[in-house]
Formats: sequence, structure tokens, C-alpha cells
Amino acid sequence: MSDSATTTAIRVHLPTHLRKLARIDDGELTLDVPGTVTISAVLDVLEAHHPVLTGTIRHHDTQQRRAFVRFFACEEDLSHEPHDAPLPDPVVHGTEPLLIIGAMAGG
Amino acid sequence: MTGVRVLVGTRKGAFILTADGTRRDWHVEGPLFGGWEMYHLAGSPQNTDRIYASASLGWFGQQIHRSDDGGSTWTPVGNHFTYDGDVGTHQWFDGSQRPWEFTRAWHLEPSLSDPDTVYAGVEDAALFRSVDGGQTWHELRGLRCHESGPDWQPGAGGMCLHTIIQDPRDADRLHVAISAAGVFRTADGGKTWQPANRGLQSGQIPQPEAEVGHCVHNLARHPQRPDTLYMQKHWDVMRSDDDGASWYDIGDGLPTDFGFPIDVHAHDPDTVYVVPITSDEQHFPLDGKLRVYRSRTGGGDWEPLTRGLPQEHCYVNVLRDAMAVDNLDDCGIYFGTTGGQVYASPDAGDTWAPVVRDLPSVLSVEVQTLP
Repeated sequence: MSDSATTTAIRVHLPTHLRKLARIDDGELTLDVPGTVTISAVLDVLEAHHPVLTGTIRHHDTQQRRAFVRFFACEEDLSHEPHDAPLPDPVVHGTEPLLIIGAMAGG
Repeated sequence: MTGVRVLVGTRKGAFILTADGTRRDWHVEGPLFGGWEMYHLAGSPQNTDRIYASASLGWFGQQIHRSDDGGSTWTPVGNHFTYDGDVGTHQWFDGSQRPWEFTRAWHLEPSLSDPDTVYAGVEDAALFRSVDGGQTWHELRGLRCHESGPDWQPGAGGMCLHTIIQDPRDADRLHVAISAAGVFRTADGGKTWQPANRGLQSGQIPQPEAEVGHCVHNLARHPQRPDTLYMQKHWDVMRSDDDGASWYDIGDGLPTDFGFPIDVHAHDPDTVYVVPITSDEQHFPLDGKLRVYRSRTGGGDWEPLTRGLPQEHCYVNVLRDAMAVDNLDDCGIYFGTTGGQVYASPDAGDTWAPVVRDLPSVLSVEVQTLP
């Protein structure tokens, strides 16, 4: 964990549709997240760097996760955890990525 | 006129079909936005290089893309559609009231006069407008806040505003169609709206002649006779000669008057096209024969157009936004099917040929006539 004066490098995996939309070539990107590393904090930085992704992972107005988006890390489903809860230490330490996944749905 | 550019939206991406004025040899480009549901692509009447595209996905929501070079490159623009003010409620399938919730943009309608102005018809039904090339969207809330709004309810495809008709005489005059509410019109740029459904009869609602509640599938207007409007309803093909104030049935002579698209010949306001479908329970052509029907008399007298279309074992549908006409002298007509075929007729419907046969299910077809 970090205080607001420092940033933490967080590894993030995005689904292919969103990588193409944001024109991100690599399968994984690294974001410098200020303060306590939470899902909300990661998404704030992601959307600031890639405004086109705003509204694609969480709704514009409510900031709620879209129904068919999932957050995984360390083989755990964090989708239903509070988005302001600290992410697991391996994510904060950079040994594990935060996985943003399009849920299995549709055809 | 040098040719045409056909914009095809499918359930798994968009395709652009181009040809010269003969419309015999086609170049097919795509899929663009592979995997996205492309409900609609539409070009500006003022600038054929300017094209807007609506892409949506159940996972990641709505995107609007814009091209300023005729579809060669695309830029994502604004995707923030927020209802203005109190969201309110509408009727749900079980009779309960449910808050309006944005799902997707079904139809984009670029302004007749300004390439930066474009309307979006969305689900849950509302009308949005952008005046900055799609970067920002603002709801014309007078429509959704009409006193009948709580009575609107979704059709099988959702509660969508799917048709936007501009008046070439006055940019403040619009007609829209909503499933299942019906037609509304405004004469003040969208501030106030009036239902425009007098004469419609729908056996699927408790009061068949109700002012609001009809499942209108599509509207068409010819710019040379703007007070005349044509309608394909859930059942019935209708016509109005007083700007939508009243409607009368013109479906006599059709094998079935159920269908989705309707369109008008580019140079003859009395020539109308529909694609009859068996019924509301069987969304495929009667007897497995894919037939476009043409009336040269403004309805009531119809002829089947079959040359080049499959006349056996054909069970596809043609959705409401999947038919278009070009402006070349002999008026080309195009339609796409749920089976992934796009058919073109370079001679006003007399003969047809497939441009492509195996696309994903086609949601929309628009055509640009290139200078």
C-alpha cells in the first residue's frame, strides 16, 4: 500500500475488445496508481490515460461495474468486493496482474 | 455520379461495399469493429466522407465511431448518453413500472444540413442530439417526458427509438418511431412532441385505436413530397398525406402486411418498397420465397420483385433498418438479411443480385451516393 504522495506500478490485463478500442498493443499494461491501490483507483488511472475506455468497464454515471465485466486477481474473483477495498498484496507488489475480463456470456 | 458506398451493420462487425455506377462489381471491406454489434452506420448527406457508426456489446456497452475519410479510418467519439433530469419510469413486460435505462443506440441520423449535427435514437427509447460531430450527446427530453411515457412498453426487441425522419423544409420538424409507443412528431426542434398515430389499428393492444402504444416498425418519406409518409407497422402498411396527422391502410394486394423495412424510390414519391414476412410469429418470407414488393401508385397496388432473389427454401428476415435506396438515376435498392446476404438491384428492383452471401446477421444497410 502507498500513501497519496507516491504511486504504485500495477499490472493490468484488458480484454481484446478494449485493447483494440484503446489501441493498446501489448497484452498487459502497467499503470502508476496513486494512493491506496483499489479497483476504483486503478480504473481512475486507466480511464484518465485512455478516455475511450470510460463507460466500458463501469457505467458513466453510477461507476458500477458493468454486468458482464469481471475483476480477477490471484485466482480470486474480486468482482463483488467493494471497489474501494485494497487489492491483494501480490497485485500491489507487481507479482500478479489485475485481470479485467469479459464474463462468459453470449455467443 | 461515380458510384455508391453501402454501409452494412451486422451482429459481429461492419462491412463497406463499394461499386461504380453500374453496381455490378463490388469491393467488400471488413469486418470493421469485428465482434461488435453494429446497429447502424450512416453518412452525412452534406459530406459523404463523414460517417457515423453505432457499436455496442453486452459486455462493454456503447461506442460511437466517426470517420472523416469515407470509412478508411475511424475515431471513437462520445459514448456518454445520460437521460436529462428525472429518469422516470415506463411500463415493463409484467405491467410494473421500470426506470429508463440506456442500453444502446439503434439508429443514427445525420442532419440534412450540418455534418456535425447527428441524432441518435436509443433504447430505452429517447432521442439524443450531438452538434459537435458525436463528441457529446444531449437528450431532447421533451419526448421521453411526454405524458404518455409511463405507458410506453418494450416490444420483443426492446423499447427502442429506431426511426428518425427529418423534414427537408424545416430542421426543427422531426418524426420519430418507437417500439412500442408509435410515432411522435415535433415542430420546435424537439422541445415538445405530439403523438401522430391517428388511423392506426393494432389488435395487440387493449384499445386498438389508442393514441399511443402501437408497434411501428419503420417510416419513410420522399423529400419531394414531405407531407407524405409511409409506414410499416407490426401488421399493416400505412400512408399519411398530412405529415402524420392521420394514416390510412395501403396494404391491400400484399400477401401479408407484416414486415419491418419500408422505403421510397429516390426519384418517385409514389414508388414504395416493402418486404412482407409471414407473420409476427414467423419472421420469414411466405412460402420460402424472398420477395420485395413494389407499389408504383403509393400503395394499394403491389407487384412482387423476384428476379435474382431465392424463390425456394429461403427463411431469412429483413430488419427495419436493413433496406436503403441510392440516388443514381435508375435508383439502386439494397437490403440485408438475417442470413448474412446483401442484395442489390441497380434498376429500381427489377433485377437483383447478391453482393455478399455469408456475412453475420445483417442489422442495417445504408447507402451513400458518391459524387
